[in-house]
Amino acid sequence: MTDIPDHLRQRAEDARYRAQAGDTLTDTLGSGDLAVDGGADERLLSVIRAGSIQELRTQPTDKVNVWPHLLVVEFVAALCVFTFVTLFSIFMNAPLQELANPNKTPNPAKAPWYFVGLQELLTYFNPMVAGVLGPGMAAAGLIVLPYLDKNPSTRPEDRKFAVSFFTIFLMFWAVLGIIGAVFRGKGFQFTLPWKDGLFFDL
Amino acid sequence: MDNPSVAKEKLGELDDKIRGSQAWNSIFRPGSIFKQGYQDSPRNRSYVIMNSILYHLHPVKVKRHAVKVSYTLCLGGISFFLFILLTVTGIFLMFFYRPTTTQAWNSIYQLKTSVTFGLLVRNMHRWAAHLMVLSVFLHMARVFYHGAYKPPREFNWVIGIVLLLLTLLLSFTGYLLPWDQLSLWAVTVGTNMAGYTPVFGNQVRFVLLGGNEIGSNTLIRWYVLHVLMLPFVIVIFMAVHFWRVRKDGGISGPL
Repeated sequence: MTDIPDHLRQRAEDARYRAQAGDTLTDTLGSGDLAVDGGADERLLSVIRAGSIQELRTQPTDKVNVWPHLLVVEFVAALCVFTFVTLFSIFMNAPLQELANPNKTPNPAKAPWYFVGLQELLTYFNPMVAGVLGPGMAAAGLIVLPYLDKNPSTRPEDRKFAVSFFTIFLMFWAVLGIIGAVFRGKGFQFTLPWKDGLFFDL
Repeated sequence: MDNPSVAKEKLGELDDKIRGSQAWNSIFRPGSIFKQGYQDSPRNRSYVIMNSILYHLHPVKVKRHAVKVSYTLCLGGISFFLFILLTVTGIFLMFFYRPTTTQAWNSIYQLKTSVTFGLLVRNMHRWAAHLMVLSVFLHMARVFYHGAYKPPREFNWVIGIVLLLLTLLLSFTGYLLPWDQLSLWAVTVGTNMAGYTPVFGNQVRFVLLGGNEIGSNTLIRWYVLHVLMLPFVIVIFMAVHFWRVRKDGGISGPL
């Protein structure tokens, strides 16, 4: 009780007095009922939330103009990508093997690099699991992920499970892809690239 | 002896004339940096965005952390830029490519050997395509590690996954088009996997190949998917993706 300022105490006191005197003005404000019973000052203070009378303006966020700050960054990034692709293309030729021949199966026949992890999975599981259910579940899992993860925090220390789970998920596909692309040779048998060479083309 | 300065003066006059002309001023909206006497002021900085086509993509202002390269690594933007690069180089390739089993390989071979910049543009298309798959993957990982898929951005993550799948499909359909041993057998391996779909595996494979095995039907089918249908669909999803970035309050906050 002691930390209620004197002027508020005084105001409550006045209100109570006026209510008892039958002043209709305070009734229209809705404080008449409160004022009748003894703890009017407490209630008045507890009903009004601090946020509703203070901080009427929202906190201004720290913003910058898109031009020039963002556009310059984007332009430089685009220029870097373009330069990189052009230089890489000058020095590295895209593969063009001999004309397609359905009667001549190359050894080994490999999927494109982003699917070679699935092909690798195919050596461990039956085709329906490795070729369809595995990737299907992965895609479905990614789609429903934001609806399963109810943790509101974005800080890494609050998301240890999510972060480790996703890292394992990414590593799983990366490792499968690398094994399939680099460590598989003739007949899709295990091979060491530094011994038998690469059986892989982009 | 005064030639350089005279030429400079003439050029300056010409510049004034062009920039002062009605045609020029009708093209560029107020505040444009291409207008005569662009002055750097807060109002003009806003006008550059507000009065240009860029307003469809960017707001006038963004949160300060949103322009930090170390936060986004530009991965989404790089994916988008690679898509544009792929569109441009792809249109160039379309002038020379013939989607039939008898002519496809030859047209690529001729592109390499007898078309000006043909080899370079084909290389760029190929490497940019691989890079785009990579950058889309990395963009997804970046968004995950920042928890940027959390409310209110859940649905934009879903659109992002659709974009990832479309990117893979675009890359895979393009893989067949050179019609060499690499493409034929990579696609054989890939479509055989799709054939193991439970219950209607054979039907899925038949629809993908336009027949029971890879042939001219497959080539024309994948060609149309690659150059027309999938780009059309991915552009729509990209538009929604970018729009939602803004509607969901810009990119996510710092950790």
